[in-house]
Parts: sequence; C-alpha cells; structure tokens
Amino acid sequence: MSQREYLRQMPGQTGATLSPGLAMRLHLDAPLLAGLFVLMLGGLAVLYSAGGESLEMVIRQCVRFSAGLTALFLLAQIPPRSYRFWAPFLYCGGLGLLVLVLIAGTEAKGAQRWLSIPGIGRFQPAEAMKLAVPAMVAWYFSERTLPPKLLDVLVALALLGVPAALIGMQPDLGTAILIAASGLVVLFMAGLSWRLIAVAVLLVVTAAPLMYFFVMHDYQRNRVDTFLNPEADPRGTGWNIIQSKTAIGSGGVDGKGWLDGTQSRLDFLPESSTDFILAVLSEEFGLVGVSVLLMIYLVIVGRGFFISWQAQETFSRLLASSLTMTFFIYIFVNIGMVSGLLPVVGVPLPLISYGGTSIVTLLASFGMLMSIHTHRRLMSY
Amino acid sequence: MRRPLTLKDHHHEQRIFSVRLVVAVFLVLLLTLILISRMIWLQVIQHSRYTTLSDNNRVQTLAVSPPRGLITDRDGVILAENRPDFSLELIIEQAGELDQLIGELGKLIELDEGDLERFQKRRLTARRPWEPVPLRGRLSEEEIARLVVNQHRLPGIRISADPIRHYPHGILFSHVLGYVNRINAQDLEAMTLDEQRDYAGTHFYGRSGIERFYEDQLHGQVGYRQVETNARGRILRVLEEQPPVPGEDLRLRLSMRVQKAAYDALGDRRGAVVAIDPRDGSVLAFVSRPGFDPNLLVTGISYKDYSAYQSDPDNPLFNRALQGRYPPGSTIKPMLGIAGLDAGVTNWQRTISDPGYYQLENDPHRYRDWKRWGHGRVDLHKAVVQSCDTYFYDMGFKLGIARMHEYMSQFSLGAPTGIDLYNESSGIMPSKQWKRAYRNRPWFHGDTINASIGQGFVLTTPLQLATATAITASHGKKVVPSIAGEKQSVERTGITLNDESNWEKMTDAMVAVTGPRGTARVMAVDAQYAIAAKSGTAQVFSVGQDETYNEDELAERMLDHALMVSFGPAEQPAIAVGVLVENGRHGGSTAGPVARQVMDAWLLNENGELEVPPVFEEHPAPPAEVSP
Repeated sequence: MSQREYLRQMPGQTGATLSPGLAMRLHLDAPLLAGLFVLMLGGLAVLYSAGGESLEMVIRQCVRFSAGLTALFLLAQIPPRSYRFWAPFLYCGGLGLLVLVLIAGTEAKGAQRWLSIPGIGRFQPAEAMKLAVPAMVAWYFSERTLPPKLLDVLVALALLGVPAALIGMQPDLGTAILIAASGLVVLFMAGLSWRLIAVAVLLVVTAAPLMYFFVMHDYQRNRVDTFLNPEADPRGTGWNIIQSKTAIGSGGVDGKGWLDGTQSRLDFLPESSTDFILAVLSEEFGLVGVSVLLMIYLVIVGRGFFISWQAQETFSRLLASSLTMTFFIYIFVNIGMVSGLLPVVGVPLPLISYGGTSIVTLLASFGMLMSIHTHRRLMSY
Repeated sequence: MRRPLTLKDHHHEQRIFSVRLVVAVFLVLLLTLILISRMIWLQVIQHSRYTTLSDNNRVQTLAVSPPRGLITDRDGVILAENRPDFSLELIIEQAGELDQLIGELGKLIELDEGDLERFQKRRLTARRPWEPVPLRGRLSEEEIARLVVNQHRLPGIRISADPIRHYPHGILFSHVLGYVNRINAQDLEAMTLDEQRDYAGTHFYGRSGIERFYEDQLHGQVGYRQVETNARGRILRVLEEQPPVPGEDLRLRLSMRVQKAAYDALGDRRGAVVAIDPRDGSVLAFVSRPGFDPNLLVTGISYKDYSAYQSDPDNPLFNRALQGRYPPGSTIKPMLGIAGLDAGVTNWQRTISDPGYYQLENDPHRYRDWKRWGHGRVDLHKAVVQSCDTYFYDMGFKLGIARMHEYMSQFSLGAPTGIDLYNESSGIMPSKQWKRAYRNRPWFHGDTINASIGQGFVLTTPLQLATATAITASHGKKVVPSIAGEKQSVERTGITLNDESNWEKMTDAMVAVTGPRGTARVMAVDAQYAIAAKSGTAQVFSVGQDETYNEDELAERMLDHALMVSFGPAEQPAIAVGVLVENGRHGGSTAGPVARQVMDAWLLNENGELEVPPVFEEHPAPPAEVSP
C-alpha cells in the first residue's frame, strides 16, 4: 500500500484541531473525539441546570469524564488483536465476578449490583461485561465461518444470555437488556439468517406476556403497568412519566430557556439529573435542543459505523459495530422511556446523565473503537 | 489487502457485513425518526396541553379570605371578633408511618373519633402532594407546647393559625347575634357563581341571627394571590396579588347594659325579653332564655354537646323572642281599647256592669272574668287598670273581628314586625278568612269574644308585644324594630286616630296599672319615673266551663305564662319592653320586675338617677379629646 493510499484512508483529515499525524500517533480518532467533547460540554450545561445550579455536581461529573477519557486513551493504545486474545479471559473473569456479586454484593436501592473491594472501592462487574460480552461473542464468531450455523447461534445466545440473566437477577433490567442487546447486535452483524430473526421476533412477542407474569419482579411489573397507563396512579408510580412528558411538552419548539425549566427547577420532575435529564433538556431547549442533541449522537454513531465498515477483520468489525449500536440503543431506550414511548427502565442518557460508572464504560468503549480504527495500518502488513 | 491461504471467505463475510451495516444504519435512522416524531408530537402538537399542565403544577391561585367584620353594641363594646385558632395539620408525605404517628399524637393531645374520622375523609379526597391535612382544631396553649417540644420526633406535623369567630360574651347574645360555622356544600350550591367565587377562601358562614342577616356586609370580598410553588408546595414567590376587601364592621343598636339586665332579670326561667326605643325603633335588648354558647357551634360542636342541646326539654336553640308564639292575654288590652275608641264602639265615659261573666243574647254560655264576682261598674280606664275581661268581651264583640284584625295588624300583632332577622314568626291575629283557610271552620261569636282578651286563636311573639307597646308609646308612629339599622319593608303605616288625645288617655290608664290599685303595682315601687304598663296572663291549660282549678296541682309546664308590656318614662317614652316568662303564672309579680330592671338599666345612670339616653346616631361624634 502506498503512502498516498494510506492517507486517503486516514480519518483524521477532516478533524480540525488535531493534526492527522498527532492523532494517529496517539491512536485517537479526531472526529469521534470532537463529537464526544461537544456532547460532554453540552451535557455539563444541562446538568448544571438540572442539578439546581450545583457546581459540585458539575465538578464531580468532570472527574468522571476525566476518568473515562483516561480509560479511553489507555484502551485506544491496546491493539485489537490483544482484545481478541484476552476476550475469553475477560469474559470468564467477569462472569465469575457477577456470580460473586449475587453472593457477596452490596445492596443499594433494593438491588445487589456493587462489589466492594477493600482498599480500592466498589465497582459494578456488570459495567465491565458491557464490553466483555460483545468482545466475547465477536471473538467466537471470528473463529467460525460466517454466516453462523444454528449451533453457533445457540452458543452465542448462551454466551450473551448467561451474563444477562445474572445481571437480571441482581436485579438490573436496564443493564441486562443492554448487555443482551450488545451480544445480539454481534449476532445480527455476523449475518444471522433473516428467517431466524423472524422466528425470534415471533418468540419475543409471544414470550413477553409470559415474562410479565412469571419472570419479572414486582417493581418491574409496576413499571410496565405504569408505561401502559400512567394516568392510573398519577400521584404514585405514574408521577415520573407524567411529569416528564409535561416537561418535554411544555418546552415547545424553542424551550423555556436555560435555567428556566419550571418542571425540574421546582422539583416536579424526579430523577431530573440522572435518568430523566433529557426532560430537562427538552424543557429548556425545546425541540431545537433535542434535534441538535440527536444530531450530535448521529454524528458519533455514524462515525462508529464508518469505523466498523473500515475495520479489516471480522472481530474488529463485529466489536466496533456492536459497541456503536449499543451506544445508540442507550439513546433510543432512554429517550423512548423519558418521552413515554417505552416503559421505564434504568438506562441513562449516554454522557449527559449524571453519575454512574456508565460514563467510564461508555468512554472506554470509544477507546476500543479508536483502537480498532488506528491500528488498521499495522493489521495490513 | 487479500490474505493468502485463508480458511475463511473474507470477501463473503465482508459482503454480508456490509449489507448488515446498511440495514443497521437504516434501523438507526428509522428509530431516530420515531424519536423525533414523538418529540414533535409532545412539543409541537400537544404543546399547549402540556404547558397548561406545567403551569397547573407550579402556579397556584390561592383565595385570600377577607377578615369578617366586627360586631359591636351601640357603645362600641365588641360582641363578635376574630381570633386565631391553632390547629394541628399533617403533611402525609413527610409523616412516614401514619398510624404510628397518629398513635404518638394521641398520647400527647386528645383525639376523639370525630377528629380521626374527619381526618381520614379529608386525607382521601383529592389534594396536591405535600398539602397539609387538618387533624385537630382548637389546640390549647398547653397542647401546642407539648407538640412543639416533641416536634423533632414527630415528622410531618404542622401547627397552623387561622382566624375564627369568637363571641366574647358567649351565651348572652346567642339568639340575637346568632353564630357562624363551617360553610358547607349546600351553602355553596345555593349561591350564584359570583357569590361562590367570593367565598372561595372562606371557611365560615353566618348561620343565624345578625351573623346570617348581615352576612353580605360582614363577609367582605375575597382576594387572590397567584403564587409559584415547588413540588413540595412551598411558595417560592408571589406572581400576582389582589388583597381582599375586609368585611364591614357592624355597630348594633343593642345596648350591652340593657341586654345584660334583661338576661340577668330573667334568671333561670324560660322566657324572652325585647326592649325597643320607641323614638326610632332601635332594639335595645333581645333576649331568649335559655340560650346556647355560640362559640361551641363555630368550631364544630361535638356530637355529645349538640345532642344535649337538642334533647334539652327547655330547647335552648329555640329563639323564643323571635319565633315563640304565645297568647298575649291581657297585654293587648290597651291596643284593643284604642281600637274600640277609634272605631267608636266605646268612649272613656261609657260604663258597663260586670257580674263576673259575659253572656251573648240567646246563648247560655258564660264567658268568665278572671275575678269571679266581677268588677262592678267599669269604664274603659278601670277596665285597663284592673284588667276587666267582661268590659273587653263586650267591647270586642261590638268591634267585631274584622276591625279588630285591622287595628291589631297596625300594631304589628299577628303581623311581621320587619325586624332585621330572618325567620320571624308572624304570629296569628285571626279573621274569618283565616279560620276558613287554616281551620276550615266558620267563625263563631265566641271566637271574637276570646280574641278580645288576647286568647283563643290569638298568638303573638314577645317581639311583637314589644313593638306594639313601642307603637302605643310613640302615639301611633310607625315603629319597625331594628337591631343594626337596616330597615325591612313592612306593609304598615303609622296609626292616626280620629281623636289623638286617646293616646294620652290610654297612657294615663297604663300608668295607673302600676299605681296602687293596678295589677302591675309591684314593678313601680320606688321608680324614679312614671311607668306605663299592662300585665297579662296567658293560659296554657284551658279550664272547662264552671270549673275552678288549683294552680298547685298543675304540672309546672301547665302553669300560665306571665306577660308584661311597659314603657317609660310615660310622658316622653324612651324604652318599650315586652316580657314573657313561660309558666310564670302572674304577669304582675313575675314579668313585671323583669321589665322594670330592663327599663332602669336604660333610663338610669350609674348613680341611679333618671338620665334618658340620646337617640341612636349612625355616626356618633368622636368623644372630645381630653387635654392632659
């Protein structure tokens, strides 16, 4: 490959701030990084309003961003073949920790999600699995010929199903869904036959009512009930979603203005700085604000798809596309839930919602994406 | 880029992946479109609906109730005022375990079943989150102290102060002032929309007496305050404010001094006293005993207290002065005499011979005089002084029921007086038409004869007796009794006699009633002024023909009612009084002293000297400032 050809394929040329050479050497992708920064800065502004103008919250969020960016930078340095090599080990280790959480985890808000490690602090093994599961399924398919045969499909389902089930038992429905989805995306991208997809959709449609009656916890069932009819208990479980829709709807086209959203500022909107922060944004910046946000998200998602398209081997392609698609699922589930399209599941708005280890995990996944993109040259030799 | 010797078909895999990637991109775009559509639905199409919801959340319009007008007597003594009442409220959202909290509160203050029942009912009605629910009112200072000391371990309790009506003199003015109590749904339903709006912030409503009659003036006009609140109901700022218009203060024409004298003079007996200034119709005293404590009724009387009032055989909630209908007996003889004179059926010179009974021609029935053996030769003056029944039988029969009805109605006997109170009883002054309509019987001569001494079908209220006396005292002037000045329209005119000197002569006769030979001599002992009066005794228990009865054998409640009407000073009357004592037997000895005490209270100064108070002035000159 000539130098010219290589340059043609380089992504950083459009980046404004980092020169292609520097970004390349640091294994960073300038457009992706630019999109993430715009998102994070905008998110801080919304958070400042949602948190009642608490600078402390903004600073703590910045600390998390820093930790996440550090993880992004470090993970970007590791070449994809290392991920591929370590994927099975990471996966098995994560699975072990998930079991440990169920046995010895710390309880918070009625769910057992945290693992305390003396001296280090506590962390959620489920977060690590958000990266380990797609990597594992991608590794599995990279060892097989594609499109996958039925046996491979079943193995892959087991690989994503076991951790999802363990997380669902914590119980943490939101994360379980996201992890299962990340694995399913790999399956889809690997070329799962359309016929099987059709069968699966049919199965889900018939299984959903059974899940509702026999598998779900009471609080999860409540959420579904509330989703189907929030007005049934407007002062109780329906309160969140009614107030959230009120916030969004009252924002109108151009919004009430920054720091002027009455729904969140006067405490009518619960969880306004975490899962329901989109309602604050919609109230204060209106349809214009939401559209801009979606645009930024689409740029990031588009860049992710571009990276997966450019990836040179199966593992990278599958992993990159899965991480990108999972990122979008975050967005869709959160906005769908806040606007009343989907039942309330605990999924934050990526890089905007306050707190949670999800920020670090998300930025780490972008580190992996950048690694895939910037190590291509080495792959081709 | 192609790697040699691979087991996998990389081209094929890449192609599959590319197709899937395109599908994924389309999926992402489709889902984004769904989200955008949803946002357009909420933010554009449903925008106004959610704006309303959002404003309803944050903006509350609070009605600000106007302070109710004060009520004073003619001298400015406060009879009804507004006082803060402390009540305990719970904020359910803060309270945690509710049953446990109520249990704890029950140990600190008294909570009866009624309190808990009302609390549960209020708790379940629609309310905003964080809105306090009242649990108990009328907290004493000790109870407040006990709650405050323990507040740290009683989350969600709140003590609030609201003005409530207070009657400093309690039972003394119960029947004339009436009372207010909690406004209810029926009250609101009876109102027009404008009125309902005016009562948006009001908790109390005039229920009876002056409080009811002057409700409009006393209430004032509601104010509004638009506030922005947060989800906890805390008011963050006032957006707009319109202060309420306070209710007008009401200065009554009643005199505390006279009212108290009347109340005390009745003592523990059942009865009524009404005193009127004949110069302008001002009601000086308006008493009905037994009374009730209006303060108990304001804050929601306990069931026990209320049933005690209701089951009391003395009926303390009944306004005897306004609604009690009693045969007036001989008290209306002066008015009948005036009627007879004016109609020409008698004069001061005409005499009759009284054998102790009266008989119609061709009728063996004897209408008995109270004096078995009769009064001998009797003229009108003597007939009034000694209360000779036979004279009035004869005169009344000659007058006839139609003319009697006509004259008596002009004296407001058996006709509404037009006082500024609701539910006044009009009493009965019978006529042929009346008997036909209400009894469906023809009129008999005997009916006329019974009516001639204020018996038979005749029923009047103590208020009517006082009014008729005031009219007599003022020589036929139109007198409409008034407690607070607002006149009611009545179909009465003043009485103009063919010979106006008859007023003087009748007054002389009534003064003689309190003289040494009169039936009311007891009440005039050591009086500093001339008292004109007429006693009366109304039969509760009718005695058969030719029977005598023994007072002692009759149950107390079967005894005659004692009545007295009087005015004084006779030459220039400044007070007219009507007194009724239920089962008091003799007007002269029982009701007379009551009337005397009431008149003394008005006419005598602190030193016991005659000093006629001036006529009521709507806007009295402020007292001259005394220089130091």
